Amino acid sequence: MFEHVNYAVFGLYPYLCLTVFLAGSLIRFDREQYSWKSYSSQLLRGRQLLWGSNLFHVGILVILLGHMGGLLTPIWIWDFLGVSHGAKQLLAMIVGGIAGVACFIGLTLLLHRRLFDARIRKTSKPSDIAVLVILYAQLILGLATIPVSAGHLDGEEMVKLMSWAQAIVTFQPGAADHVANVHPIFRAHLFLGMTIFLIFPFTRLVHVWSAPVWYLGRRGYQIVRTKRSPAERA
Amino acid sequence: MTIRAQIGMVLNLDKCIGCHTCSVTCKNVWTNREGVEYAWFNNVETKPGIGYPKDWENQKRWKGGWKRRKDGKIEPRIGAKWRVLANIFANPDLPEIDDYYEPFTFDYGHLQNAPLSRAFPTARPRSAITGERMEKIEWGPNWEEILGGEFEKRSKDYNFEGVQKEIYGQFENTFMMYLPRLCEHCLNPTCVASCPSGAIYKREEDGIVLIDQDKCRGWRMCISGCPYKKIYYNWSSGKSEKCTFCFPRIEAGMPTVCSETCVGRIRYLGVLLYDSDAIEKAASTPNEKDLYQAQLDLFLDPNDPEVAARARADGVPETWIEAAKRSPVYKMAMEWKVAFPLHPEYRTLPMVWYVPPLSPIQSAAEAGKMALDGDMPDVRSLRIPLKYLANLLTAGDEEPVAKALETMLAMRAYMRAKTVDGVTDEAIAQKVGLGAHQIEEMYRIMAIANYEDRFVIPTSHRELGEDAYDLRGSCGFSFGNGCSGGDSTASLFGGAKQRKARNPMEIV
Repeated sequence: MFEHVNYAVFGLYPYLCLTVFLAGSLIRFDREQYSWKSYSSQLLRGRQLLWGSNLFHVGILVILLGHMGGLLTPIWIWDFLGVSHGAKQLLAMIVGGIAGVACFIGLTLLLHRRLFDARIRKTSKPSDIAVLVILYAQLILGLATIPVSAGHLDGEEMVKLMSWAQAIVTFQPGAADHVANVHPIFRAHLFLGMTIFLIFPFTRLVHVWSAPVWYLGRRGYQIVRTKRSPAERA
Repeated sequence: MTIRAQIGMVLNLDKCIGCHTCSVTCKNVWTNREGVEYAWFNNVETKPGIGYPKDWENQKRWKGGWKRRKDGKIEPRIGAKWRVLANIFANPDLPEIDDYYEPFTFDYGHLQNAPLSRAFPTARPRSAITGERMEKIEWGPNWEEILGGEFEKRSKDYNFEGVQKEIYGQFENTFMMYLPRLCEHCLNPTCVASCPSGAIYKREEDGIVLIDQDKCRGWRMCISGCPYKKIYYNWSSGKSEKCTFCFPRIEAGMPTVCSETCVGRIRYLGVLLYDSDAIEKAASTPNEKDLYQAQLDLFLDPNDPEVAARARADGVPETWIEAAKRSPVYKMAMEWKVAFPLHPEYRTLPMVWYVPPLSPIQSAAEAGKMALDGDMPDVRSLRIPLKYLANLLTAGDEEPVAKALETMLAMRAYMRAKTVDGVTDEAIAQKVGLGAHQIEEMYRIMAIANYEDRFVIPTSHRELGEDAYDLRGSCGFSFGNGCSGGDSTASLFGGAKQRKARNPMEIV
């Protein structure tokens, strides 16, 4: 029985989540541009947001990049670079821990503001609150893995997680077996993480896709649109 | 040189009676929706006053407009592009809704439903955001109406810079003016420059600055970028919105709603031809006081055959060139030099211009408080309103404003002599460097202000840019997403959706 559940949650569920995440984002971007936005509430209340939002975003971006680099970089690259599993785990614990604490403080400020400031509460959609609560839970789970990791610094547990993630994205069979016997807190963290991918296209989280880094490369400052065809303008 | 055309606006403040018809009609058409209750694409401020939103002219505080760097280049005052992106999680220069005002409604229903009581029932205010009771309304869209509120607060008006406080304190007994404000549809808009998504753009064919509602992601940098604070964040839709210059009307050759309904007939709309290649150079003019002249130098004379030929070659339609020749805006700004840009020192090259009010001069003259220069009051002896108007309209340069006021006084004196005394006094016209013919044309356009003289608007040539076959059966004007209202009706988290951004078409 455990095997079947394990296979469903860590072998099939990831594909469900990734499919909804990618296809859902694409369909929403194509069909519902007007709904694609960060949904900022800064206008209604700036207090608490300046610290809250900055700490949260910087923290979560570091965490996100760390997870992507840490989970998806093939193990042989680390071996080739001469980084031992233990050292990598320690790096992840320290960087992730610092970013996690920053993110935790930020998220606490934001969640407090959203729940207890009448203006923000009254203008929140259920999904606005749900997203914050889910991220908060996921962050706490993530931070809670640090003491667990501290219990065994050899990096073996981490390698299991890396193998799982890499098996998933490279469509290897038996991916679920890699995480069958890791600590339950990691399994909970993985499950909730996949769920975040699942709900992603249906929430304000989609604004992550639109991080306007291209702005840095814009030539000049002004934008003029014309209705005339290029041939006419020539 | 590349010639483009824009429909500009002039507001003759000398005739503004502060009735707010423009604001109310604009509100009813464009911002009568959830999320923008607090937003007035057009509002009328009483000056002196700090305005709406509070203290908007203080760019040390709000960081709107452009600044000129040491190397002579300009960049938004909120910072270079990387600076703008660094502030994207929380914009430190964003006004809060209380800087505008917390929108409110009243419990009107209570007047009908209240039980029998000895006291007359009242309709108490309620917040339009939270729906909660507001015990006391502290600020509103027009709190300073006709110098309302304490002078202490109003005296923070930024245009008093360079005027001693005791002096203007006494002076406010005789000096008051109205300032209707809307988006300036600038030649060098900072909102466009500061939008990280590239959602804001200027239209090539008529110069109208619009926000693409589909592309806006709500990063809210435009609100800080605009020094006039004329971009508003819709807290319900999560997108920025602004004055559209009523483009569906303009395209059809009709004036904007604010202009059409103006009771005092103070608004003018007309075509200006300008050199679009010279914008950056003009906006980078070293001395702020030269910016007014630099902008004038951008405008081209449509009666010059070479300009017209060039404009034609650059794709300006013939009807637009013809309209430019009859443009009241060109006449007031370029020929008679009686209209000025609002705060040229922001380096945005605004395209909504203002004729300064004569009323403070006239009332002081009637009270015998100022020197006379011949028969006419000597404008220059009234230092404070002159300085104030110059701070508002010419970055502090008093000479052009004084000249404009003298020209307007000359027009009055000339026409009085002509209609009351039956004398044509060419000397009055010559004194301000104009011919009798020009003075009479000024009188026709500025004083009589017939509809067809105020609004010279060529229709847009959609046939040049659109294929009618593709457009047939499409839904016309809407807020993004084609015919969809912009939100799907289903909610992942169950329950009824709390709200939905509604567009004007749906309300109708």
